[in-house]
Amino acid sequence: MEYLLLQMLNGVQLGLLMFLLAAGLTLTFGIMDLVNLAHGSLYMMGAYIAWMLIGWTDSFVLGALLALPATFLLGIVVEAIVMRRLYARDHLDQVLATFGLILFFNELVRVIWGPAGKSIAVPAFLNRTVEILPGVPYPAYRFAIIVVGALVAILLAWLVARTRIGMLIRAGASNRRMIGALGVNIELLFTLVFGLGAVFAGLAGLMAAPITSVKIGMGDDILILAFVIIVIGGIGSIKGAFVAAMVVGQIDIVGRAFMPDLLKTFLSASAASSAAPAISQVLIYIVMAGVLVWRPTGLFGQRT
Amino acid sequence: MKSKLFGTATIAALAFGLPAMAQAPIKIGFVSTFSGPQAAIGEDMRRSVELAKEHLGGKMGGKPFEIIYEDDQFKPDVGKQKSEKLVQQDKVNFVTGYIWSNVLLASLKTVTDEGDTILISSNAGPSQIAGELCNKNFFSTSWNNDQTPMAMGQYLQEKGVKSLYLMAGNYAAGKDMLAGVKRTFKGEIKGEDLTKWPDQLDFSAELAKVGAAKPDGIFIFYPGAHGVQFLQQYVQAGLKGKVPLYQVFSIDAITLPQQKELALGTLGAQEWVNDLPNEQNKKYVADFKKKHGVYPSYYGAQSYDSIMLIASAAEALKGDLSNKDKVRAEMKKANFKSLRGGFTYNTNQFPIQNFYIQEAVKDPEGMMTVKTIATAVKDGKDPYYEKCPMK
Repeated sequence: MEYLLLQMLNGVQLGLLMFLLAAGLTLTFGIMDLVNLAHGSLYMMGAYIAWMLIGWTDSFVLGALLALPATFLLGIVVEAIVMRRLYARDHLDQVLATFGLILFFNELVRVIWGPAGKSIAVPAFLNRTVEILPGVPYPAYRFAIIVVGALVAILLAWLVARTRIGMLIRAGASNRRMIGALGVNIELLFTLVFGLGAVFAGLAGLMAAPITSVKIGMGDDILILAFVIIVIGGIGSIKGAFVAAMVVGQIDIVGRAFMPDLLKTFLSASAASSAAPAISQVLIYIVMAGVLVWRPTGLFGQRT
Repeated sequence: MKSKLFGTATIAALAFGLPAMAQAPIKIGFVSTFSGPQAAIGEDMRRSVELAKEHLGGKMGGKPFEIIYEDDQFKPDVGKQKSEKLVQQDKVNFVTGYIWSNVLLASLKTVTDEGDTILISSNAGPSQIAGELCNKNFFSTSWNNDQTPMAMGQYLQEKGVKSLYLMAGNYAAGKDMLAGVKRTFKGEIKGEDLTKWPDQLDFSAELAKVGAAKPDGIFIFYPGAHGVQFLQQYVQAGLKGKVPLYQVFSIDAITLPQQKELALGTLGAQEWVNDLPNEQNKKYVADFKKKHGVYPSYYGAQSYDSIMLIASAAEALKGDLSNKDKVRAEMKKANFKSLRGGFTYNTNQFPIQNFYIQEAVKDPEGMMTVKTIATAVKDGKDPYYEKCPMK
């Protein structure tokens, strides 16, 4: 029972990290109709910038806090220089241009920080375990990720549901031409949304860094997972991204934690232990395919 | 007149051409990882190769030699391309290096068969190459993957450890490592995880399983950057002090600068340790430390040995490497001062050698390192050599 709780928490922690990444992606995709493959690069830049600032300030919290406005600025600059020219183009052009951005950022990192990977140490005050229940220890750093991730999710939900900006974002997601016609400064809105997405991606990157280390191309693998999440959740839906991220987080953990034992019930032990990693790796895609058959626009996508 | 001119030209050619030919350098290609999170391993190897070059005075068998370094980027396909380039474009005499079993397996045929070039693995030792894929052009200055975990397993068996939980990356070497430990450790295996390699660096789900399984120990194979992340997460999950950690290739001179005190007291197995008491090793470790301020690792020591093995053949043949049969025959003698204190070659051209148990400690200056505490295996042979058709 405690074991189940631990694994669920692991799934929640992974899901929240993925949600941070997917939130920005689904916003830009849904509102600006922009396919941004370079979203993973913002995740990587968040981690690298944080690594640099943590080195300068000698404090994880301070470095991380300073990295957030830095990634926001970076997002705005990228939007102004590149993305703005792509809104009117079709998706293929956007894919090409943003794929170019991935190569650009990977090379930029190589030039600035060198080819070797970096590691960010878990801050000392979090390098221990907390007892979530009496006798059930859980790594404090992962618990902190859950807390921060949950706070950001609540903040985002409040922002989208209760504020004027959120109203515009939702309006933009359903009909962006109409809100432009109503006199809303759509350019400014797009810039803000893109910057916001960059901050979330950067936050996810810097929080994941102490667990997965900072390296060139770290965002490329995880980007695919983020796309899976927004497709499952329904493009443009923050709520969908949240639910899908939680589902994907749990599925990933279930696959890693229970698949070998499950397979052992009807396969030989050696066959199970070699098949389990392969199956748990494709499990997420199987679920995605299933959701798309059932609901082609995703769980919370708009029906067309 | 014409013949006189021809004669002069011949003499001139002989006078100027031959020394130039004699001075044509021996070319050695070195494939390793020089970018990304595992670049520290490649750097350690490069430093050791350069040190070997320095100790040899830049010459082997009277000839100068040059090393061409190529970055495999930690990817099998890139490693294969780079190996191809070394053999076909640079026309190297030897290819060496190779940290990763999957990179080596992808590159092997390109070098040994298509290129008919001698390959010396400085680290990777996949079971396939020790067995059915063994090749007259392949030599190892390291081990077969199964051997180091076999030494660890045997030590734990003798120490009376009752049960283990096994974890490794899901690729050629990871599978060999777990097979290896199971050959000698006969206690209960409480669980076994092969994690996605090299992408997975988050071991939360697996560590929770370890906590629930309550084994007597956990055995891991997570080289380089993966070892650093694993140890941190193992400690954060509160397992240190509850489930002892035993490892191969996961706590070493590459990872200790980042693992620091977290690694203290952890046991591992290895065929080379920095404190092995032979003259060449003392000189190597002292010179390496003086130059770079850190300890060398077995990756470096094995790379140093690869260069010295080539040098031994070049010395014996006085620099004439044109007859490959002779080169191979000389190399097979392993007639050089290995940093591990000497070894002989088995029929599959893998070393027959000792394995030691080492502990992570602090040296008198407060720097993290490993020291030998026991000899686990004497003159160990890998378990695949009988499958190798070469006799």
